[in-house]
Amino acid sequence: MKSLRNTALGLSLVVASAPFAMADGHAKELTIAIVNNGHMINMQKVAEAYTEETGVKLNWVSLEEGVLREQVTSDTATGGGQYDIINIGMQEAPIWGAAGWIEPLEFGADYDVEDILPAMRAGLSHEGTLYAAPFYGESSMVMYRKDLMDAAGVSIADNDSWENVKAAAAAIHDPDNGVYGACLRGKPGWGDNGAFITTVANSFGASWFDKDYKPQLDSPEWNAAVNFYVDFLGTYGPPGSEGNSFNEILALYNEGKCGLWIDATIAASFLEVDGVAYAQSPNAGNPVGANWLWAWAMAVPAGTPNAEEAKAFIEWATSKDYVQAVGNHPDFGWGSVPTGQRASTYALPEFQAVAKFAAAEMAAIDSAAPEATDLKPYVGVQFVAIPEFPEIGSAFGQEMAAALSGAKSVEDALAAAQAAAVAIMDEAGY
Amino acid sequence: MAAVTERSRLSDFMWPALAWIVALVFFFPIFWLVFTSFKTDADAVKPEHLFFFTPTLENYTNMTENYDYWRFATNSVITSTFATLFALAVGVPCAYAMAFNPSKHTKDILMWMLSTKMLPAAAVLYPMTFLTKNFLGIFDTHFLVILVLCLINLPIAIWMLFTYFKEIPKEIIEASKMDGVTTWGEIKDILIPLAWGGVASTALLTFIFCWNEAYWTVRLTTVDAATLSKLIEGNRAPEGLFFGRLAAVSTAAVGPIVVLGWFCQKQLVQGLTFGAVK
Repeated sequence: MKSLRNTALGLSLVVASAPFAMADGHAKELTIAIVNNGHMINMQKVAEAYTEETGVKLNWVSLEEGVLREQVTSDTATGGGQYDIINIGMQEAPIWGAAGWIEPLEFGADYDVEDILPAMRAGLSHEGTLYAAPFYGESSMVMYRKDLMDAAGVSIADNDSWENVKAAAAAIHDPDNGVYGACLRGKPGWGDNGAFITTVANSFGASWFDKDYKPQLDSPEWNAAVNFYVDFLGTYGPPGSEGNSFNEILALYNEGKCGLWIDATIAASFLEVDGVAYAQSPNAGNPVGANWLWAWAMAVPAGTPNAEEAKAFIEWATSKDYVQAVGNHPDFGWGSVPTGQRASTYALPEFQAVAKFAAAEMAAIDSAAPEATDLKPYVGVQFVAIPEFPEIGSAFGQEMAAALSGAKSVEDALAAAQAAAVAIMDEAGY
Repeated sequence: MAAVTERSRLSDFMWPALAWIVALVFFFPIFWLVFTSFKTDADAVKPEHLFFFTPTLENYTNMTENYDYWRFATNSVITSTFATLFALAVGVPCAYAMAFNPSKHTKDILMWMLSTKMLPAAAVLYPMTFLTKNFLGIFDTHFLVILVLCLINLPIAIWMLFTYFKEIPKEIIEASKMDGVTTWGEIKDILIPLAWGGVASTALLTFIFCWNEAYWTVRLTTVDAATLSKLIEGNRAPEGLFFGRLAAVSTAAVGPIVVLGWFCQKQLVQGLTFGAVK
């Protein structure tokens, strides 16, 4: 069995590195700035075979997300060269691509760029040009305790209404026995409560800006969405929800304390309780933007002298063959392959066997809509792809946490967030 | 008389008890850090596993498997040691000159040196990156980290040394001058032996500051000169803080300096509380 596995591993590594035989003989070093994501940490081990095959030495530099952004921008501003490959998120990819800070990516036919999930391709492109290749992607969906729902005689459907979801949460809410109807993000931060509340707001027909980029947080749709969120989580959520984000809720869920959880699809792979079922995100009449879309991707910063080698590495690291290499790796296996990236991964029987959530995750990613629409005239689902958004989103997150904790009314919190957004956008010259 | 004895007994008990309480309060974060490092990430946030859990070395194993801990640790030792030595090499003559041959601007110079600590580091991030990367070509080198650590700690080192040197009677230095001792001889044979406690505590504190520095060591390095601060920084995941693994990395990063402080606490306390000359 072991020799079979090793043969499969060897074969997949040979296949994976075949397109890059050209790089052999150009032994160089690539410095790669990564975020501390599990898939990237695993890649360091899997890529030892790439170094063996091509002679390209890989230096991995793990950085906190904010520090990574800061380092990359200061490196770019000083002519580049510090890093050859960088991890960036979906928020930066189109902005940095438009600014010329990262290089456009074009790969050979074997790479099969069409196999990258369309929503991911769209979110990592600017004007049709791909600027970053995803190594991991996610959307959001409902993960709920079907056993509790069945016992209470309620159910949740795909793309259900928020009112039905709230009623289901109410039916299983049993705080005396340590079960809370709904666990949702409340911790302040544009990627924390900001991300979730934005999807709720989208589903209520709200948008961050109008077509002239004037903030719209004072609209009736925002008011309705945030009132619903505060009431829902305040009534059926665990105490102290304003301090909860992904990690905290994951721990609560695995302790059996959450009836339902709406969060990143990747969470499904960490759930340890029995009786979990999945549903597509609920909405209040507008399903577009009700589920978020995020990817961590690899890009080549402008100014690196090793651009060709860097692109060759990215082509390998985000290829179908890399997925095989991880799946067949003795230290990892099919439960560790990068998800939310390629359609072909979801078709693999080995992956389907270990990922019960695969179909729901792919449906969620497929239905995510980062493109600009009439209602939402900007790129992005749970964020807006403009440089000012992180600052606006952070201020918004603080106000929402204050509303959730009861320190402020929803109206006051939204008014304060609107004032902050207007000030930031005015200063930026919109 | 009886009341005095009773009060004395009470204070005999009170002060040590208070000292223990204060010591425990200060030690608690270190204890909790080490304690948490033996929990899984899941146990680290579960209230029911606050004190009772199954200890694991998983976080330490992952750290050594996924990161080159020894490279980061070696860089920290090299940069902190040399930065401290250079800070003393510059600081001792500087403090000597200001303590024994003050000019009318000595106080202003001391204040100016201290005022450089008020400069927000972020304000000079771009020029520092540009100068060291594009102009001097010393970005991500031990030399740069040593230089920066030395310079940012120099004002504190000079201030501390100046305070200790000021306590040495000027007459001793003057007498040695009369005996024909050179300036270097005054520093080496008279000043440093007399102010040894102060010099040692200055060196220790400078070393601790260098070891803990995280703004520049993270931003002016990539691979070759990256210190333990960068290892900690890199363990903050985008999904949030995984306390078990962060505690393990932090324990491994602060461990050496805590041990060093423990062994040198006598000199440290002596130097900080009594000054150089009693």
